[in-house]
Amino acid sequence: MDNLVPLPSLGMIPERDLGAIPILDIHHLGIDFGGLHAVDDFNLVIGRTEIAGLIGPNGAGKTTVFNLLTSVYTPTRGVILLDGMDIRGKSTHQLTKLGIARTFQNIRLFKDLSVEDNVKIGLHNAFTYSLFSALFRLPAYWTSERKAHETALELLSIFDMQNLADQPAGSLPYGAQRRLEIVRALATSPKLLLLDEPAAGMNPSETGELMENIRKIRNTFEIAIMLIEHDMNLVMGICEGIAVLNYGKIIAKGTPEQIKSDPVVIEAYLGRGKEASA
Amino acid sequence: MSVYSTILRQIVNGLQAGSIYALVALGYSMVYGIITLLNFAHGDIIMLGAYIAWISMAKFATNPVFAIIAAVLGCTLLGVFIEKAAYKPLRGAPRISLLITAIGVSFLLENAAQMVFGASAQVIPSFFSIPPLSLGSIDISGNAVITVIISAVSMILLTFLVQKTKMGKAMRAVSEDTDAAQLMGININSTITFTFAIGSALAGIGSVLYCSAYPQATPTMGAMLGLKAFVAAVLGGIGSIPGAMIGGFAIGLAEALVSAAGLSVWKDGVVFAILIIVLLVKPTGLLGKPMQEKV
Amino acid sequence: MNQQYKKIPMPLRYLINTLLFAAFLFGGTALIKGGAVSNYYTKVLMLLGINIILTVSLNISTGYLGQLPLGHAGFMAVGAYASAIFMTHVGMDASAAFPIGLLIGGVVAGLFGILIGIPALRLKGDYLAIITLGFGEIIRVVLLNIDSVLGFKLTYGAASLKSIPKTTTFFNTFLCVGIVCFLIHTMMKSRHGRAILSLRENEIAADACGINVTYYKVLGFAASAFFAGVAGSLYAGYLGILNPSSFGFMKSIEILVMVVLGGMGSMVGSVLAATVLTAVPEMLRAFSEYRMIVYSLLLIIVMIFKPSGLMGMYDFSLSHILEKIINWKPGRKKSAGKAGEENG
Repeated sequence: MDNLVPLPSLGMIPERDLGAIPILDIHHLGIDFGGLHAVDDFNLVIGRTEIAGLIGPNGAGKTTVFNLLTSVYTPTRGVILLDGMDIRGKSTHQLTKLGIARTFQNIRLFKDLSVEDNVKIGLHNAFTYSLFSALFRLPAYWTSERKAHETALELLSIFDMQNLADQPAGSLPYGAQRRLEIVRALATSPKLLLLDEPAAGMNPSETGELMENIRKIRNTFEIAIMLIEHDMNLVMGICEGIAVLNYGKIIAKGTPEQIKSDPVVIEAYLGRGKEASA
Repeated sequence: MSVYSTILRQIVNGLQAGSIYALVALGYSMVYGIITLLNFAHGDIIMLGAYIAWISMAKFATNPVFAIIAAVLGCTLLGVFIEKAAYKPLRGAPRISLLITAIGVSFLLENAAQMVFGASAQVIPSFFSIPPLSLGSIDISGNAVITVIISAVSMILLTFLVQKTKMGKAMRAVSEDTDAAQLMGININSTITFTFAIGSALAGIGSVLYCSAYPQATPTMGAMLGLKAFVAAVLGGIGSIPGAMIGGFAIGLAEALVSAAGLSVWKDGVVFAILIIVLLVKPTGLLGKPMQEKV
Repeated sequence: MNQQYKKIPMPLRYLINTLLFAAFLFGGTALIKGGAVSNYYTKVLMLLGINIILTVSLNISTGYLGQLPLGHAGFMAVGAYASAIFMTHVGMDASAAFPIGLLIGGVVAGLFGILIGIPALRLKGDYLAIITLGFGEIIRVVLLNIDSVLGFKLTYGAASLKSIPKTTTFFNTFLCVGIVCFLIHTMMKSRHGRAILSLRENEIAADACGINVTYYKVLGFAASAFFAGVAGSLYAGYLGILNPSSFGFMKSIEILVMVVLGGMGSMVGSVLAATVLTAVPEMLRAFSEYRMIVYSLLLIIVMIFKPSGLMGMYDFSLSHILEKIINWKPGRKKSAGKAGEENG
């Protein structure tokens, strides 16, 4: 694991990412829901190939942060810079085209469509052709569809799922569904991949495989990954930088070692009961 | 002076129609509040109430009081029956299925009535005749006054029922959170049935009042009336009881104003235009509560 | 994927379907011209063709887009009147003008689809159903009363728009059926179709995949309206006379019943259901008063016991059946979900 080095703005990124614009640079992000500060004064920097973790007790606001980053919610305060660009006013699908992809806490697959179709929808903007070409089956249609088909199978092979291509996505076992969601997100060629509890419901060996795969994805595609997780083995195992959220505010930021021994973090978890286990 | 009396007469008409819309809208709102179903068949229950009254008085020559009771009772029983036969099996089914079933029930009622009673109108002997009231030099229809009074009384009783009785509390609880209500020991099925019964009873009263103004029964009379009452419920905020009342009067008055302006052929269009404006500006209506989908 | 599964190659699939369709089209026309099919049944067939187009068009919004619009008859009406007004005012020969009339009907209806879709599709579920119902009714009321506002006779309202050239024939009706089904098929089996389906499945996820939700919702809705307009134009040329009362909520429901019965999301199901629900009542003319009752009961029963309709979401093709026959071996396991395959 690389050392984290401080940046002039309020954060730390991996050394190898110095010299490039951080993929994500968030300043004083906040959102209020009816008087309640669901997220407040959230500052974070993520390097271009960093694996970052966002942890915290249930209800801390982690998914809310993801929703803010993907424009599902509009921030009340603050600035989000994606690859140096202010994303204010951009819609969710525009942000996906600009390079943010995500998975969801409660899996959101296209259940009645095939596995391959799920991935192809992620490839919607990768191999384009007009409606006219589609309607009259012009050459552009055939070429793009073939490429989409090949690319979809390639992506599915990351998780060795290419044989499942024709199955309805809803018929997959839970773990496979989670993996499919990740493949679909990757299909959008993101620069930043947001994973919301990717290991939920997985046993230790599946989690171990997932950790390998996340690293493999980062190394193959050279992208940044931010994940929300409760499984501490996973988080401590692969994250380079971790931010801890409690009641909508960041209470600690740093490397796994720093976070593990931070008394504020420990209190936030232990003080609320037995949250700190995998 | 005649313009003034025309407008006043139209306002009275509007209040009369509005109170009927309000009674019917209440049924829509209550059912939607409790099982999130748009009961398209609600309007047709009114139609059957009218036919019951007609059968009672024209065929069996009973006295009007008996006919009224029969109509209200008939509507109540029909509403309960429909709930048990068509909607209960679909509890938990996707909303589209429920909606389509409700449309099917509505269709069924209309066509069954057409088959049994024929498509042409049946004249209902009048329930009561009340002399017009005089306000200075203006006459107000007695029927209109009675309609508004009876509606108001019904709504007051309903509010009392919902706020002060145990069953009313149960209705509110199930509307708020069905699972929690069940865990508190509330019998969901009987609460839902009761809601349908009350809603249908109100529709029955509405039917009687409607027939006192327009004393005829046709198979499709419930359709447009139901649709407009439905718009009233949406306007007031579907799921909200005070909203249904406000919505009903608003729609009634709107129609009256359109007629007063001499544009009565556009009445229906205006009502639906109101619907569209409400849905675009504030879909949850004047008093409704917004719903959030969790991402 | 099973390597031993023999697939019929693409061009051949198209050929098979085209040949079969051509056989039906030209064969049918010949039979009618030769007097083998009575005038009555010819009319039933034309009505069937129109209903098929109505059903597959509504299926786009319901089965593929996952909405429940209740104002479909409004689009049919718009198309019918647009085409009829064109046909009664244009100077040229009616048969030559008709294709233009069809296109006009479709385009005007499609424009209405866009105009109505943009505001309406911001709503979901029940609210969308209600607002489309509202728009459908407004269209009917406007068609009824617009002449008094315009000051000249355009739609003739309740007096009916008469003397529309009866240019609809078995041939051009089913030619349209073929073209419409082809276009819907090619649209749905493409990235645009996948985008539309993704909205049905999970709109939030589709958004996150980079799909422009508003664009595709309106596209699906407008396509649905366009084809309904074409059906309306055919209807105008079939009946020769138009009245706004034919295009009310009831009509929208009749079309909805066909879609639901056939299975929302299945074009084949739509065609089948339209056939059953057009042909059977006509054959049972004597029992016509029961027809509506059976209709409604059918709807309720299907919703309670088999809400996915006759065919569910399953869309198959003739080539597919042939493949199954070629490859049949006992004990072979099927692979499910043919949405990803190119069906000919």
